[in-house]
This record gives sequence, structure tokens and C-alpha cells, in this order.
Amino acid sequence: MSVLVDQTTKVIVQGFTGNIGSFHAKEMLDYGTRIVGGVTPGKGGTTHLGLPVFSTVKDAVRETGATASIVFVPPPFAADAIMEAADGGIRICVAITDGIPAQDMMQVKRYMRRYRREERMQLIGPNCAGIISPGRALLGIMPGHIYKQGPVGIVGRSGTLGYEAASQMKAAGIGVSTSVGIGGDPINGSSFTDILELFERDDETEAVMMIGEIGGPQEAEAALFVRDHMSKPVIAYVAGLTAPKGRRMGHAGAIISAFGESAAEKVEILRDAGVRVAPSPAELGATVAEALKAA
Amino acid sequence: MDIHEYQAKALLAECGVPIPRGGLAYSPEQAAYRAREIGGDRWVVKAQIHSGGRGKAGGIKLCEDAHEVENAAEELLGKRLVTHQTGPQGKVVYRLYVEAVTPIRTELYLGFVLDRKSERVMVVASASGGMEIEEISQQRPDSILRVSVEPAVGMKAFQAREIAFGLGLDPALTSEAVTAILGCYRAFRDLDATMVEINPLAVTEDGRLLALDAKMTFDDNALFRRPNISELRDKSQEDPRETQAADRGLSYVGLDGNIGCIINGAGLAMATMDMIKHAGGEPANFLDIGGGASPDRVAKAFRLVLSDEKVEAVLVNIFAGINRCDWVAEGVVQAVQKIDLTVPLVVRLAGTHVEEGRQILETSGLPIITADTLAEAADKVVDAWRQSRADRA
Repeated sequence: MSVLVDQTTKVIVQGFTGNIGSFHAKEMLDYGTRIVGGVTPGKGGTTHLGLPVFSTVKDAVRETGATASIVFVPPPFAADAIMEAADGGIRICVAITDGIPAQDMMQVKRYMRRYRREERMQLIGPNCAGIISPGRALLGIMPGHIYKQGPVGIVGRSGTLGYEAASQMKAAGIGVSTSVGIGGDPINGSSFTDILELFERDDETEAVMMIGEIGGPQEAEAALFVRDHMSKPVIAYVAGLTAPKGRRMGHAGAIISAFGESAAEKVEILRDAGVRVAPSPAELGATVAEALKAA
Repeated sequence: MDIHEYQAKALLAECGVPIPRGGLAYSPEQAAYRAREIGGDRWVVKAQIHSGGRGKAGGIKLCEDAHEVENAAEELLGKRLVTHQTGPQGKVVYRLYVEAVTPIRTELYLGFVLDRKSERVMVVASASGGMEIEEISQQRPDSILRVSVEPAVGMKAFQAREIAFGLGLDPALTSEAVTAILGCYRAFRDLDATMVEINPLAVTEDGRLLALDAKMTFDDNALFRRPNISELRDKSQEDPRETQAADRGLSYVGLDGNIGCIINGAGLAMATMDMIKHAGGEPANFLDIGGGASPDRVAKAFRLVLSDEKVEAVLVNIFAGINRCDWVAEGVVQAVQKIDLTVPLVVRLAGTHVEEGRQILETSGLPIITADTLAEAADKVVDAWRQSRADRA
């Protein structure tokens, strides 16, 4: 088992007919993802990449039975598209879009709470690389070939740093069950803790690599979750030891604005919780290998 | 995006927050004129820079007559103020705000932030205003009141009343305080702010509320729908390289080291900087060139990084996912051919078509040092930097 998606998951693409949506839809189809159609308001009834296009998520879900969606809608309209997915019966939504206003995300999170927990959509992202379950499905923008199938889950904020981790692991002969990018925004759909919980329950995952960065409380919250609720080893790395306080490092959320938000403080909190922390970003693969050997 | 005190005050005043009489000045004569226009017998001349801690840095002058106002303005305009937030390079004062001084009884703190833990707007207040919130939370943690705003309904009057009573305000001031607090919330919500801070919010001797200082920060991602806020941007307060980068769609932050960095992806950029430090060097900058990494973008990135005179070596680290290493390599080669590169360059490519990419770099005939791994790249660039330093010495 992988987490969140596999080869049977039916996926629709929101923002299907745009340049970016089309490009990545093709990549995902090539990887073997079961894409069953897409949504572009006003283009319902047409076909694109040989697949049906719908004007609304509700139509797409009714006609195709899709349970997952991936969002490539531009920032001003992305929050609306995510809420449409939540209302349309989508269970897993990956939002790739970078640049959604923070208050829009606040609204999205509040809106999603109107559904009962068992009916509630799980949002991944925004501003993320998406999900890949190697050899099964790609619901994201990562290069599939750098991931080898195996027993380690990856959860991280950054796209390219996640690729770095996967390729170091592949070089060390270690494969991945699922890799989840939770995104670099200050308010995001799923937290580190949400994904760790899924990996803890997943039979195929034996250990988890967690890649954090400066800013926000999520790494510290995850540390407590690992200490209190996880039986599987967790290996962590926190980027931004050299980042100055109060400066935004690329990601909207990568800014040290409060106590406990620097990389050094997060590393300390994670170590105190019993998490094995990679001493440098060049030793992500090696540290995972050590943890697997020790387990 | 940050704005000036006088701009924040104008925005908040429109939402019902009481502010002192004041006026903007670009010259000493104008400052004196403002003082006379405002009236009264005491004024403060306040340097308008994007930073807190202006008082301690000598950026706020108390004046007794128009002549003193003119002198204070003369002294402040063009001055480089160094505060604990600006870094050693400081920020230059081009604008002054002249304000009437009102005798005050007490100083309060009132702040609105986007709380990432609760994912809501959080109101923070304290009866111990006048010092920074970090100091308040260390010295008087019990004095801090927190109210969380439910996003579906917004801030309610009872929450503002709770703050007013919690601050120990005279009951006669309650309605004025509620108006001001709800006004700040409205400004926060309607203008896509990420922070609103009034510190101090004063109670005057004649029993009125007055916002003596104000600070607002806005969500860069929402500026597309806030043209009135975008107009308030003051590029003189930004690092020119950061402004230049932002105008070209690159994300750059200048730092104090000597090794320039060109990287795709924010997380990988931070990790590469950490790796340089680990190898014994210091990064000169954070730079994320984004996913595209086209020859044009790479060339722009080189020009930007090399415009920092401190840079004595450059490390390019690209993890090609969607794009391909051979394309990126061609971009690097074209960029290096276009610019006059006088410092050592280390390039590490990883990902799709990495072999072809390395081939292009090695057969280009350019003095490019290649590396396979992140560790090797950091070691090589730090070595090259030390070597070039030694050669020059």
C-alpha cells in the first residue's frame, strides 16, 4: 500500500486546458496515473488530450467517478477551485498553484470544516510538488524517474529539495512508498503531522523522511506527534540554518517571525523528541540508511 | 510588503483609528511649514524608514519650536539609520513625518497577526505598551491578551470589548476603543494585511485614545487585487538587488558572505546555503531562479549575483526535474560566454539527462568546475574561493 493515491485512483485536472495543466496532465498520464478528465469552466462537452472536459467539478465527478483532483488554476481563482472540489465530492485535492493570498487559504480551511470529518476532502498544498507513489501514480509535478519504489515515506515543503532527498536515497538503493509535498505557504492544507499519521498507518512504509524549513510551527508540532504517536523511525532535515531572521526565503511561509521558528531551534525540538536529524543536506540518504539499519 | 508609518496611519484613520495631527515633509523647510500648519507647541520629527527601533537609532526628535523642527529635519534627511532590524547597512531617510505631541497617561500595545498555528487572525494586546512585543512577552507575559477571530463571521464587537476591558481602559473609553479595534481588523481583512501593529496606543492626559505609532505589512500574494496598496511601495527602502530580482521574477535575498548562489527551488537554495556553511564558507545570497532555468534566466541570475562586489566565487546548483540538465547546461554556458566572469564557478547539475548536461559543461572550453553531489559542490566552491583569495593576496 502507498498513501493517498495509487494506480486505481481516478483523477481530474482542474485548469486542464491551460498550458501548465496540459503539460503536467501528459506527464502524469505517461507515468500511468488514471486521469479520467478535466475541468475548465465554459469548455464542458469538449475533449482535451483525448479526455472529456467538464465545466464544473460536480459534472466531472458525476460522469467519471473521480475521487481526486489536481489544481493548476492561476492564483486569483485557485482558492475558489479548491472549494469547488471540496463541495463537488473530491476526497483528495492537490493544489500546485503558487501565489494564493493567505486570507484566501484561511477561507478555504474554514470552508472545508463545514463537512463532517469522514466526508471532508484532504487538501495537499498549495505551492507544492504534489504526491508520487513510485510505480503506481503521480499526482504532481515531480520527475518520476528519480523515485525508486520502496519502504520509506517522504514528506516535505520544498519540491527540489524533496527531489534531492529521493535521488540520494535512490543512489543508496533505498526506495520510496509515497512522497508528499505539503508546500511552502504559511497556511496549507495538510500539515507534517497529517501526513506522518498516514505513514504510521501504512503497512508498506517502514520509515519516514521529513524535510522541513524555517518558519511556522508545523515541524515542532510534528516532533511532538512523533514522540507520542509514532512507532516508525523518522529522519528529519530542516533547511535554512543560514537564513537571517525576518527575511522571506523564497517560499511565502519561509520566514522566521517568532520564537522556535529558526532551523536551529526546530532541529533541537526534533532531536529532543527522538527524531534522527541529518547533519547536512548532503547526508539525507545516508541518514535514512542508518535509520533503516538500526530499526 | 512593508509601508511607512505615515501611510499605515492614513489607512487606519480611514477605518476609525484616532491618530495625532501630522504631515509629511521631504525638506527642512517643508517640515517647519508642517509644524506651523499642525499648530500646538511641541512636535516630533519622525524618520520614515521601513524598520522598527527608530527611536533608539536617533530617528525620532522631539522639538519645541519650528526652528528646532527645521534643524531636526536637516539632520535626519539623507541620514543612514542603523536599527536592530535594518542590518549594518542601515536605511536612508528620504521622508519625514511631523506630528503634534500630546501629553499621555498610559501606553498600550495592540497587534493583529496571521497566526499560522490556528490559521486565523489573532489579536494581541497588552497594557504594557511602548516596548516591543518580544520584550513584553518576556517581561510581562501575564499582561498579554489574545483573541482569535473566526474567519467565517469576522471580529465581533464583544471580542473588541473584551480587549478594552482586559486592558483596564476607563469604561468611558470603551466605545472609542471598540471602534478602533474593529477598524484595525477591517483594515487587516479588507486590505490583505499580514500584520497591523499600533505600539503604543496611548491614552492621553485628557482621556482620549491615540495611535502614536503604526505599522502594517501586506501579503505579497494579494497585491494583484490591492492596487492602492501596491502604489505605497517605496523602493528606496529595499535592497536594490532584491528589487531588481523581484522585477525579473527571481527571488533574491542579500547576505553577508562571499559565495554567490544560483539555485532552483527555495528549499534546495536554503539547503545549499547550509551546505556551503557546513563546508566552511559563507553564502553571499539566497537566489531561487524557479523551475524554468532557461538560458535567459540563468544569465539574469549571474548578472544579479555578480553585481554584489563581495562575491568571490559562484555556485550553481540545479536539480532539473521537468526541465533537462542539457538545457540548463546550455543556459549556463551561454550566460558565462555573455558575461565577463572573473571569479571561480562551480556547477552541479542533477536530475534528468545529467550526463549530457555535464558533457556540455566539460566540452565548452570554459573554466567551469563541475561537481556530482551537493557535498562535492560545496567543498569545491569553498576550496576555489579560498584558492582565489590566496592568489589575490
